[in-house]
Amino acid sequence: MTRGRSLTERAPFLAAVPMLLILAVPLVALAGASSPGDLAAGARNPLFGPALWLSTRTTLVSLAVVVLAGTPLAWWMASRPGRRSRIVESLVDLPIVVPPAVMGIALLEAFGRNGLFGPALSSLGLHIPFTTAAVVTAQIVVSAPFYIQASATAFRRVDEDLLIVARTLGHSGSSAFFRVAVPLALPGMVAGAALCWARALGEFGATLLFAGNLPGTTQTMPLAIYTALESDARVAVALSLVLVGASAFLLFPLRTVPALIVRRFGTGNPGGGRPVRGIAGP
Amino acid sequence: MDRISPALERLHPRTPEPVRWRVRIEASAGDFRLDAEIEGGAAPVVVIGPNGSGKTTLLRVVAGAYRPHAGRIRIGDRVLFDSERGIRIAPEERRVGYVPQGYGLFPHLTALDNVAFGMAAGTERRPRPERRRVAAELLAEVGCAHLAQRYPATLSGGEKQRVALARALLPGPEMLLLDEPLAAMDVAARRGLRAYLARHLAQRTHPAIVVTHDPRDVCALGSPVVCVLEEGRVVQSGPREHLAAQPATDFVAEFFAVDQFPVRVAEPPTRRGPCTSS
Repeated sequence: MTRGRSLTERAPFLAAVPMLLILAVPLVALAGASSPGDLAAGARNPLFGPALWLSTRTTLVSLAVVVLAGTPLAWWMASRPGRRSRIVESLVDLPIVVPPAVMGIALLEAFGRNGLFGPALSSLGLHIPFTTAAVVTAQIVVSAPFYIQASATAFRRVDEDLLIVARTLGHSGSSAFFRVAVPLALPGMVAGAALCWARALGEFGATLLFAGNLPGTTQTMPLAIYTALESDARVAVALSLVLVGASAFLLFPLRTVPALIVRRFGTGNPGGGRPVRGIAGP
Repeated sequence: MDRISPALERLHPRTPEPVRWRVRIEASAGDFRLDAEIEGGAAPVVVIGPNGSGKTTLLRVVAGAYRPHAGRIRIGDRVLFDSERGIRIAPEERRVGYVPQGYGLFPHLTALDNVAFGMAAGTERRPRPERRRVAAELLAEVGCAHLAQRYPATLSGGEKQRVALARALLPGPEMLLLDEPLAAMDVAARRGLRAYLARHLAQRTHPAIVVTHDPRDVCALGSPVVCVLEEGRVVQSGPREHLAAQPATDFVAEFFAVDQFPVRVAEPPTRRGPCTSS
């Protein structure tokens, strides 16, 4: 092998290295910044426990809401090709591109004391801003698009003939949906749910503006890191490492579960048809 | 009476009378318009036509997947759709067996559970052990008992066809809709399966609509009625020999001339039927 040839072979890799470094270096530095003793000290910090528990609770609730309410929307988007569904699709995408802080302000304008629905909610005795409910609301709004788009894409890849066959075999629309469309779209739905959960877990901007930073009530892990950084950087690092661990834990099913499901059925989903208008669905 | 399957006879004991059926529909999807009228009896009707002529759409309309804006669909004395009387029977209540192009087996279910799927819901719902027992019996009758636990991705085209046919027959449909039942197969497999399908359809008294693009399928199915669909309209229908002798369009002429000459000559097609070659 000549020197020149090996250089050309390595050129693409060398060109890729800077990006790889930019992505990896901060996380490596974070891992290196903390000793086991620091970690233990961080875990004993009074900020840590309540924040971890709050983050776990709120993200599980918001994920459940997103899956329950987002799945019908994803199915609707996938089974109604046309201008209306393209408009809806753009609306669903908006929270991905709009800065989280802006979403926080928007939530205040909608549900705040003087917001659009504030007075109506107050008259019902409901007060959302700066409560745990606000944390969940902020997480839902910023994370739902990831699940909805992934699920809609997965539903679109379900061959419409399979749904027609299921109907002619005596299954109602909802039975065809649950027995055929959902199992076949499951890898995409799981991947979308994992992304959605990760996004909710990391949610900061909208939560800070709409829910505030009250320990035990609205102070989730990212807000606790922000608070800790002002007093003790070691605690911030320890909290951060826990979040990195949780994220890696989410990345694992994101990468493996869909592949496992697909492997079990051989090729997975044949054909690239679109579901028929109204042929299946609850 | 279906002699093909003891399992099916036990499941659907009533003796069906040979039925007449009639489909008259106007439907549109985007720019495409389908405006067709087809009828038949117990013998299969073969629908041919160029790509995009509306053959698959026709089957899906009969299956109930697409809603036509006008027309009437009747099988025997059951009206499945009537725009004037506001009748629209849901697909799951139409009692039609649909085998789509590529067979449409559920990739997440084994061959056995694919066949048993028709008894997992609706009025035909049975407990799982019974479902599996009947499905296994039916699979054995189509010669696929050994495939019961296999997933569709691992089946050959011919095996898929048999499993899909067994699945469609299980609920006792009053009409079979077969879309290109032989298209996904190589030449060698086709010959055997064509014979199998022809034998099967001949033994049934229930009607079938078979969509195909292969003249040899028309011959093998021994169908007395061939219906030609072009751009959503029926341009010609009648006995195969009649169509071959007096083709109404270039498509029909070419369709029945395909396997006559290695070289096309600029003359009207000869009277020699396209089925003389094996």
